[in-house]
Amino acid sequence: MAQAFVDISNVAMRYGGVEGTLALKGTSLAVAEGEFVAVVGPSGCGKSTLMRLVTGLWPPTEGEVFVDGQEVDGPLSIAGMAFQNPTLLPWRNILDNVMLPLEVVQPHRGQLRAKRADYERQARELLALVGLDGFEAKFPWQLSGGMQQRASLCRALIHQPRLLMLDEPFGALDIFTREDLWAVMQKLWLARRPTVILVTHDLREAAFLADRVLVMSSRPGRIIAERRVDFPRERTMETTYTKEFQDLVHELRDRISDARDAEEIADAP
Amino acid sequence: MPRKALRSPEALAAAARRRRRLEAWLPWLVIGGMFLIWEAAVRIFAIQPFILPAPSAIAASMVKWWQPLLTNSWATLLTTVIGFAMAIVFGLLLGVVIGSSVLVYRGLYPLLIAFNSVPKVAVVPILVIWFGAGFWPAVLTAFLISFFPIVVNVATGIATVEPELRDVLRALGASPTDIIRKVGLPRAMPYFFASLKVAITVAFVGSIISETVAANEGIGHLMLVASSRFDVPLVFAGLIITGVMGVAMYWVAVTIEERTTGWATRGQQDPRLATGG
Repeated sequence: MAQAFVDISNVAMRYGGVEGTLALKGTSLAVAEGEFVAVVGPSGCGKSTLMRLVTGLWPPTEGEVFVDGQEVDGPLSIAGMAFQNPTLLPWRNILDNVMLPLEVVQPHRGQLRAKRADYERQARELLALVGLDGFEAKFPWQLSGGMQQRASLCRALIHQPRLLMLDEPFGALDIFTREDLWAVMQKLWLARRPTVILVTHDLREAAFLADRVLVMSSRPGRIIAERRVDFPRERTMETTYTKEFQDLVHELRDRISDARDAEEIADAP
Repeated sequence: MPRKALRSPEALAAAARRRRRLEAWLPWLVIGGMFLIWEAAVRIFAIQPFILPAPSAIAASMVKWWQPLLTNSWATLLTTVIGFAMAIVFGLLLGVVIGSSVLVYRGLYPLLIAFNSVPKVAVVPILVIWFGAGFWPAVLTAFLISFFPIVVNVATGIATVEPELRDVLRALGASPTDIIRKVGLPRAMPYFFASLKVAITVAFVGSIISETVAANEGIGHLMLVASSRFDVPLVFAGLIITGVMGVAMYWVAVTIEERTTGWATRGQQDPRLATGG
């Protein structure tokens, strides 16, 4: 069988030495190229740890992580990241914020001076795609939280990463803004088709966006269930009102409850 | 007065203008008022000039001694600014190094704090032994007293880069130097300018301390000579000129700060607008 684009096999991650917290254990996960996968689970189950392992920010304590057929042993420049906190730089305007990765990632870094106009056009196109045209010269603090998060998504995508890692990117937004951004995210994905791993605790979000939802157990986290999501694209808010969608969310909810119950039994004296 | 009229845009704009004018004039009014009360108190209670001279006597002394005052305050300004410039260069460099390396921080910080706790008056005699009385001890005292706040602030700004942002950049393959250049340094700038405002005022303290201990020029030296002759109005003239120089340098620092790091103080405009309405 051909190796998946992202292939994590039997990975363990422990913080703070031998006696430290075990965040992940026996975690295996395979994601095909161009697939949109959501990882859901109870809080503190090591979802964010998984992200850092895949992007090579931290090495796993045990096991192996492969991305695009290569073992990950350092930061991956083919990855883009976005977090719950938009972390835009307040001294740069939106356009310059979005272009930040181009100043860091090779080969763009070397070509930035020569092809600046071209890169700027790409950034403007991306901003237009998320509905931020006209805001290029504004500063982050002049934008609402939802708009900042849109810009943050653009920053994650500007260097055309093949892998996009999202760590609860919409977690801090109100429900209406969040639903708007689901649609924006889906549009970006359909336009660029990167491989996406979305870590979230919002089951509707996972069901709306993903091709496949993975459920993680509580700490130490591992994948305990997997569910394909076959709603046709482009999904709309109408999709979320269908019975199938509701049933799916319900099912995922049950799986997570099971995971937590199992943990309580294990913890009982 | 009808409420409608108060709320009209013209009325609001006029009120905001009045308020801004008041804000601009207020410091001068306060200073003028202080001198008036001072003058009145000295006259009413018939205080002797060698205890507390009246502002008018100080002004007369300034006119009389304008030439020595000018040359000596120029000397003080020069030593202070040179010491301060050295503090900026050294403070920035050390701040960046300490802020970006935990090892350097752990190793150097206790020493820095110990160093900063030493009263600089006690260091001046040593500087005099090394460099002779005069220019260099004053410059170095100004430097020694003013670099510490700069180091601490720059280091704080760099060390407190958000972990997520660090992850975003590291995941892109950014080197530690990249992270300092793109994020750490710009982020540290508001801290840096805040420290400059403290540093420039203590730099004056440093050079004047040194001048009063061992120097043959400078405003501190002038005040020392004047007090030994019981020319108290001249001592006060020196004090006031020192204050004016301090405010002027502070103003320069604030102006540069506003030009370069306006993004960090943007919140301050809002309450001002809000109080106009």
